[in-house]
Amino acid sequence: MIPIEHILLLSALLFIIGVLGVMLRRNVIVIFMSIELMLNAVNLSFVTFARSLDSMTGVVFIFFIIVVAAAEAVVGLSIILSIFRTRKTLNIDEFNILKW
Amino acid sequence: MLTIFYIFAVLSVLGALGILFLRNPIHCALSLVGTFFCLGAIYVMLNAEFVAVIQVLVYAGAIMVLFLFVLMLLSSKDSERYVNKWPVGKILAGLLSLGIFIQIASLFTANELQLGSKGVYPLEVVEEVGSITLIGRLLFTDYILSFEIIAILLLVAVIGAVVIAKRRFQ
Repeated sequence: MIPIEHILLLSALLFIIGVLGVMLRRNVIVIFMSIELMLNAVNLSFVTFARSLDSMTGVVFIFFIIVVAAAEAVVGLSIILSIFRTRKTLNIDEFNILKW
Repeated sequence: MLTIFYIFAVLSVLGALGILFLRNPIHCALSLVGTFFCLGAIYVMLNAEFVAVIQVLVYAGAIMVLFLFVLMLLSSKDSERYVNKWPVGKILAGLLSLGIFIQIASLFTANELQLGSKGVYPLEVVEEVGSITLIGRLLFTDYILSFEIIAILLLVAVIGAVVIAKRRFQ
């Protein structure tokens, strides 16, 4: 049996790499991929807790999280597509029309 | 068992680091696919076969193919040069994420991880009935309302994506 602290540390590490990706990368699609990575890290800790607590609820919730992630990816990528049509760039620093 | 877990854990962290350090976004997407496969293998080790299958089918299959399509559609020539040119920002980002990591890690490795009461599905039950059967039973009894709502959410997402990405003809 794998000790659950190790799996939870792996999930924390993946989450932190996702946070760093959001903060350091400037390509908007790569930032979006980092968000997917963070969702996956949370999924991993859901499965770990579900297994160590003999419960199935965590696994059912992962089903919902993955569906929401798919919906989010579809809507987010279409927003990126339509922004790219007007701004002709993927650099997130140039999407500043809502800043003041 | 433990060795295999460590191999997959190291591989998944390496794939995730690819997102941070690879310049070409397509390479980032491919290394993320590797991470998703390794996570799928870890799910199998945790007796969550359904999640592993969904992980490979939906994440590594559908979502990452969508990302690759969009990346190839929006081939912008200078995408390799988008780097954060503010070194203080990098240091701040590193410190902030280190703080978050210490916070989460100290919570997870606390001496008495504050866990709730045990559920009613120990490993023997899961292996006897099958995890997919159990998930299906729960989805169509306890979580039926959420299941219906998630169907509507998917429909709304599909319609929304078509409306947002549609070219507007004047």
